[in-house]
Amino acid sequence: MKNNNEKDLADKNRKERLAALEAKLASSRQTDLIKNMPKTGKPGFGNALKMSSEFISAILVGAGIGYLIDSLTGTRPWAMIVMLLLGFVAGVINVLRSSGEMADPYQRGWAAAKGDKKDQKPTDKGRDDLYDDEDE
Amino acid sequence: MANDPIHQFQLNKLIPLDIGGTDISFTNSSLFMVVTVAATAAFLIWATSGRGLIPSRTQSLAEMSYEFVASMLRDGAGSEGMKFFPMVFSLFMFILVANLFGMFPYFFTVTSHIIVTFALSMLVIGTVVVYGFYKNGIGFLKLFVPSGIPAVLMPLVIMIEVISFISRPISLSVRLFANMLAGHITLKVFAGFVVSLSGLGAAGIGIAILPLIMTVALTGLEFLVAFLQAYVFAVLTCMYLNDALHPSH
Repeated sequence: MKNNNEKDLADKNRKERLAALEAKLASSRQTDLIKNMPKTGKPGFGNALKMSSEFISAILVGAGIGYLIDSLTGTRPWAMIVMLLLGFVAGVINVLRSSGEMADPYQRGWAAAKGDKKDQKPTDKGRDDLYDDEDE
Repeated sequence: MANDPIHQFQLNKLIPLDIGGTDISFTNSSLFMVVTVAATAAFLIWATSGRGLIPSRTQSLAEMSYEFVASMLRDGAGSEGMKFFPMVFSLFMFILVANLFGMFPYFFTVTSHIIVTFALSMLVIGTVVVYGFYKNGIGFLKLFVPSGIPAVLMPLVIMIEVISFISRPISLSVRLFANMLAGHITLKVFAGFVVSLSGLGAAGIGIAILPLIMTVALTGLEFLVAFLQAYVFAVLTCMYLNDALHPSH
């Protein structure tokens, strides 16, 4: 009997300790989440490749669309010239956006729609504050 | 051939196949794709087969990769994005394992061919476009219309936004492909220096130590790049999926 009682006590004790551990884990998970937010700590080489690829691809796409319009409508050089220039603009915007220089020039909602990391999060309430210090 | 840095990217037909004039041969690239998928699937199935409450070493590795991708997706696209978890996880594991397989000597690097990475990124953008229209209907087009813009500038801005959107799959694929290609070529060139310098006698062997050190350092860097590029690809996938889920607010 006594033995059983002791066992119960130990069981209870263990349960309490487990609950305490769980609470501790939950709180540490919360802080971990804050600590482990990506600090945009990409090495310079990766960053350079990322931005240059964004810039160049926008120009190529612009020129490509222009060429397509030209060959469809027969306005040989003009559409391509215009779209190439627009491609440059889009490339600069891509780079500014990914470097965080152009977070939201118009409105908050726009930047959120564009996938700027710090401004999204309509679904996760209470996590918004995590993103406040996370600017490039 | 021994010193040709491009040779490692050559495709060889292992099983020539030709259906209706279309060449669909089974190449060394296909072989390594199959190996990558098989290795990933086999590892995950084997690692999680124990189902221990206290995970073994391999099981916790599998759980870690799950947690890593899941939290990335939740941060990037909200909890609604979790329905895309299978896709993002498969993409991440495929690219990561393919990149790491590429680090073995004499192995073929699948992701160093732009058609492979472009197919992967088109899969992502295709999902974004199809799901965006399916979920938001015509409202998905709001993605291209920033709010608070004067009507005069609207056509110009929409044009720029469209170009910016179309450039995404291209920059996504070019980034992964260029990183792997450039890394492997640099590695091969520096390793080639070691061989050709050590052919010059005693002095040459002395100097050959320099590119050897460089090769060792670059190998470490390449492992980092292999992981980082898989990570970047997955993160951007999450961001684009976020666009499909919430085009504008």
